Amino acid sequence: MSDVSIHMNGAKVAGTHPAPSDCVEDYFALLKPRVMSLVIFTAMTGIILAPGSIHPWLAVIALLCISVGAGASGALNMWYDADIDAKMQRTERRPVPAGRIVPDNALAFGLILATGSVLLLGVAVNWVAAGFLAFTIFFYAVIYTIWLKRSTPQNIVIGGAAGAFPPMIGWTAVTGTIDPHSIALFLIIFLWTPPHFWALALFRSQDYANAGVPMLPVVAGLQATRKQILIYSIIMLPASVLPFLLGYSGVTYLVGACILGAVLVWRAWAVYRDRAGEDGHRAAKRLFGFSILYLFLIYLLLLADRAVTLFFPGGVL
Amino acid sequence: MTGEVEFRTLSEAEVKARRKRSIAIALILGALVIVFFVTTLVRLGGNVADRVI
Repeated sequence: MSDVSIHMNGAKVAGTHPAPSDCVEDYFALLKPRVMSLVIFTAMTGIILAPGSIHPWLAVIALLCISVGAGASGALNMWYDADIDAKMQRTERRPVPAGRIVPDNALAFGLILATGSVLLLGVAVNWVAAGFLAFTIFFYAVIYTIWLKRSTPQNIVIGGAAGAFPPMIGWTAVTGTIDPHSIALFLIIFLWTPPHFWALALFRSQDYANAGVPMLPVVAGLQATRKQILIYSIIMLPASVLPFLLGYSGVTYLVGACILGAVLVWRAWAVYRDRAGEDGHRAAKRLFGFSILYLFLIYLLLLADRAVTLFFPGGVL
Repeated sequence: MTGEVEFRTLSEAEVKARRKRSIAIALILGALVIVFFVTTLVRLGGNVADRVI
């Protein structure tokens, strides 16, 4: 063990650390692979649902660029947030706060991947999608991470836009324009983000308080957060049926989205109702777990519905 | 100026990590070559043969 002190944003992050190991696995962890997998899935949905066609190879390249761009955003986020990550139980083992990767390397890694993914998307697919990807990386790394996260309890509401853009970028990769129809795919993730992250913040509020991150439960209290979770979950219902109303998904999707939306509202209601002690904690954890499944299933339904339309143009019945 | 530089001997773990990084970078560069080659074929298609020389 050697004594390595890391200085981030003027703050001393940690004391004794193992010497930076710069392992390939640690660089992979900088990409936030679990977030990347969701980005790949939602961007793929955008590509498949978009009107028009794209060569399968170019679709794969578009997906690769969007996912690497998302990974670059994650690396830039971990570079800047190393000081607060070190103070939170959930994030203290990340490569930069744990001292396994020096901050400068994380920054260089993020910038190289961001530049490379945008340029490749522009050269191989189209420059509108590339510009959109560049804006998304900027939005996550600068607007959310550097500005909003530490300054407002609405951080994840506005910052959630960065996570909601990938299906629109996928759509743009096919059409070459930013189509208003793709906003429905954006809205689903955008409105899903607050109940998802606030459920996490409910049972991790002490972590955020220790790190000085103004998450809603820390600033406005647990009760106000539970109310906001319920409101956003209810708004999710009409937003999730927009793909049907806009005509690019069918009845299969509509029925599934309504059932999933009802379960989400029921889970959010349980969080609102079971306020005290262990029950409240458990309800928040259940909502958090279900919210991940919810988003996956909603997008899976969009894909399944498209498959039904393609293979059974006259209907299944 | 004597120009002498002191070098530190890398530990076994550091050598192993460096080797894995080198392999990963080589694989990524190889993949990029394939990506650019195939993308060029896909985007240009038969136009490569049709061009005026």
